[in-house]
Amino acid sequence: MKSVIFRTVAPFLSSLMMLFSIFVLLRGHNEPGGGFIGGLIAVSALAIYGIANGVETVRRAILFHPMAIAGAGLLAATVAGLISLAAGVPFMTGLWIYPSALGVEIPLSTVMLFDTGVYLVVVGAISSVALSLEERGGE
Amino acid sequence: MDIAVLTFLALGLPFVVALVAPALTRLLGHNAAWILALVPAAVFAHFLRFVPEVSNGEIVTGGYVWIPSFNVSFSWLIDGLSLTFVLLISGIGALIVLYSGGYLKGHPHQGRFFSFILMFMGSMQGLVASDSFLMLFVFWELTSITSFLLIGFDHGREAARRAALQALVVTGGGGLLLLAGLLILWNVSGITQFSLLLSFGSELKQSPFYLAVLLLVLGGAFTKSAQFPFHFWLPNAMEAPTPVSAYLHSATMVKAGVYLLMRLNPVLGGTPEWQILLPLFGVTTLVAGAALAVRQTDLKLMLAYTTMSSLGLLVMLTGLGEPYAIEAAALYLVAHALFKGALFMVAGIIDHETGSRNLTELGGLRSAMPLTFAIALGAALSMGGLPPFFGFLAKEEIYAALSAADLRSIVFAALAILGNALMFAVAFAIALNPFLGPKASTPLHPHEAPVQLWLGPAVLALKGLSLALMSGLAHRLISSPMASAIAGEPRSVEISLVPHIGAPLLLSVVTVAAGVGFYLSLARLRGAMATILADFGWGPDRGFDQFMRALVRSAVAVTRRFQSGRLDVYMTVTFILVAVVLLAIPFRYGEFPRAPFFAADVPLHELAIMIIAVAGLAAIMVAPDRLTAIVSLGVQGFAVAMIFLLYGAPDLSFTQFMIETLSVVVLALVMTRLRLSPSDHRPLRQKLPDLAIALACGLGFCLLLLRATGVPFNASLTEFFNQYSKSIAHGANVVNVIIVDFRGTDTLGEITVVMIAGLAILALVRLRAGALKRAAAGAEKVVDEQDVEERV
Repeated sequence: MKSVIFRTVAPFLSSLMMLFSIFVLLRGHNEPGGGFIGGLIAVSALAIYGIANGVETVRRAILFHPMAIAGAGLLAATVAGLISLAAGVPFMTGLWIYPSALGVEIPLSTVMLFDTGVYLVVVGAISSVALSLEERGGE
Repeated sequence: MDIAVLTFLALGLPFVVALVAPALTRLLGHNAAWILALVPAAVFAHFLRFVPEVSNGEIVTGGYVWIPSFNVSFSWLIDGLSLTFVLLISGIGALIVLYSGGYLKGHPHQGRFFSFILMFMGSMQGLVASDSFLMLFVFWELTSITSFLLIGFDHGREAARRAALQALVVTGGGGLLLLAGLLILWNVSGITQFSLLLSFGSELKQSPFYLAVLLLVLGGAFTKSAQFPFHFWLPNAMEAPTPVSAYLHSATMVKAGVYLLMRLNPVLGGTPEWQILLPLFGVTTLVAGAALAVRQTDLKLMLAYTTMSSLGLLVMLTGLGEPYAIEAAALYLVAHALFKGALFMVAGIIDHETGSRNLTELGGLRSAMPLTFAIALGAALSMGGLPPFFGFLAKEEIYAALSAADLRSIVFAALAILGNALMFAVAFAIALNPFLGPKASTPLHPHEAPVQLWLGPAVLALKGLSLALMSGLAHRLISSPMASAIAGEPRSVEISLVPHIGAPLLLSVVTVAAGVGFYLSLARLRGAMATILADFGWGPDRGFDQFMRALVRSAVAVTRRFQSGRLDVYMTVTFILVAVVLLAIPFRYGEFPRAPFFAADVPLHELAIMIIAVAGLAAIMVAPDRLTAIVSLGVQGFAVAMIFLLYGAPDLSFTQFMIETLSVVVLALVMTRLRLSPSDHRPLRQKLPDLAIALACGLGFCLLLLRATGVPFNASLTEFFNQYSKSIAHGANVVNVIIVDFRGTDTLGEITVVMIAGLAILALVRLRAGALKRAAAGAEKVVDEQDVEERV
């Protein structure tokens, strides 16, 4: 993309969207949001970054192959289900713990791990497709 | 240890040892055979312990529950029939393992061979020991698969690969028929085990499904046991190394079909259909096999065709229904396993030591290989049915079964004499011709075989002699229990070497006389057969090739027809179907919406959003190029997202926004890669039908939605989720709680689909990129070559 303005703004925009996607993911349990939507926002962020600064830059920025990210997500989601099994309750039963850090109670759950898994699968799978389509190398 | 546990271990041991056989062979070379032969020997020793019980007429069953909900178990049934088979399989198996140690000495894949043959042995003994139908079927197919591996062992040669595939297709296909037959049997009787079926009685024979069961079971048995016209795979299977032929075609693989018929004889046998079909196919196979054997000059092929005729004889006897026929089948089966195993191994020794197994190239080997000659002679005497060998007893019993005075018996006796006499001639051609006469020059300098090679056939030939000499004991321990198991009622075999003057002996004498005649005129017979077959031209073997070609051709034709590879065709077909389903079903059941189509008071902002959506649609249709159309599609999508938002579904609307954005991006990217023309060039005559399909789909969905929303809304789920979302799932966002908690397993499945779809798309994109790269590279190469040419 030739536009200087777009290329300058894109990294900031992408970072903000990325941050927002995580916010949406985490607040999902009580407010509109969740892993699926968060993941889609993150993919959009990556797509914008890719269009502005090239696919190679994006690939470097995310460190892992997108499919590896998706795989990790699927693994996380499965593990989230299996944890319940290990705890002696049916597969995928939500388990909650409430540890305190710095005097603030933080609710953690297998459900959250599961939703994070969903987020990662969506980010990985869709960005993998988008990035490989954007790539000019094949043409 | 408990005998049931030991039996289970004995059934599983060959498979376990098959895993370590290659490593052992790497360590010890061909001497690994001495250790590996201990496995079948141990199995043999274990099952020998059942002999006293079984000879008292007891039936030993045992096993473990496998799938209790379907009444399926891993269970075994040891009676006279299965015990004889297991002893033959494991006993000959031990000798074969030793023999292949010598035969394939130094072969780079000898370890793999041991592994295959042990797996085959395990499958075969599992097959005959099975009590449950399903277990029999599993082992039945396992023998098909392992024999495929064995026949195609020499996979570098095309003939071996073809033979292996042919055997797999024919016997595996037959296995499917058998499965169908067993399933019907199960449905009719409600029984899944042979041991219960045997006491089921004659009810099955009156069932309307009897004929279907019979035909399907026969389909399985006849393909496995190489009955005419499914016999062609058997001679082709001679592409396998000789130990395989000796094993598969003496006691095992091909006997599986006969075993099945014998096993089912008490429940399926005795009916007119049984007594017509079995003898008819059997006697055809008997005569055809013997006649085809005469034509051959290759020792192994001659033996293969006589195996075919022996199988025919066994099937005929099993179905004959005359007195003594079952006893004759039991005796002949044992005799055949012994002499045919020995003769195949002798053929292998001759091949191994001289480098040739063509009858016309061999001669005068008696001084170089006296021991092999003696073994061959012993086996041939048994095969020819001469005293004092076990084959003689079998033949006497066969003729006792055929010596009735009615027309049917006379016809069958005449055909049996013809077949047996031809087999007699072939047996002595194999046992005498290579050893007698002037010395012929052979590729290798002939000398006596090493111990690993001669031990197996020697034991089998001696066994044929000793069983006959101790016939009383042999009958009490083996033949009588086996005949009783086949007949389903106590039978006792009495025949001994002492000649009984009567019709059977006379028929034997006729057979031997005719056999000697055939032997002396073998060369002439061979020429005559060759002429007949050449005149005939077409045979089932070529038929198989034609069948396979036709199958592939029709598969290609069907695939081409339905998978044109053109996306527009797929889309058209899909959407026509969607429209038909959406419109035809309400039409058929009169379920059109009755509600008023338009609400009277639509707020202004909703109306505005709808107008935006419609404007987006209109923009798509009038868009001058594809990119504009894609963006316009996004406009319509955003409008829909707005509607979701207005109706209190922020999550859905949120997602819809993101999806619309991303799909516009992805579609635009795809468009840039596809190198389509920028605008749509469809002619009007194609646009109009497409428009009609689109309108029909739209109308269908519209009606469906109106009808669905017309039904009073059942709020019980809404209430449930609202009530429990916070209290048991700790989340206020019901939609998200449903996705990740209440229906989390669903979501797990969905994200798996997303992942796999992503992988598939990635693969497609890469494939295309790779093809383009290769094409580009190819083009460059061409340019380079032209360049070089120009310079030259």
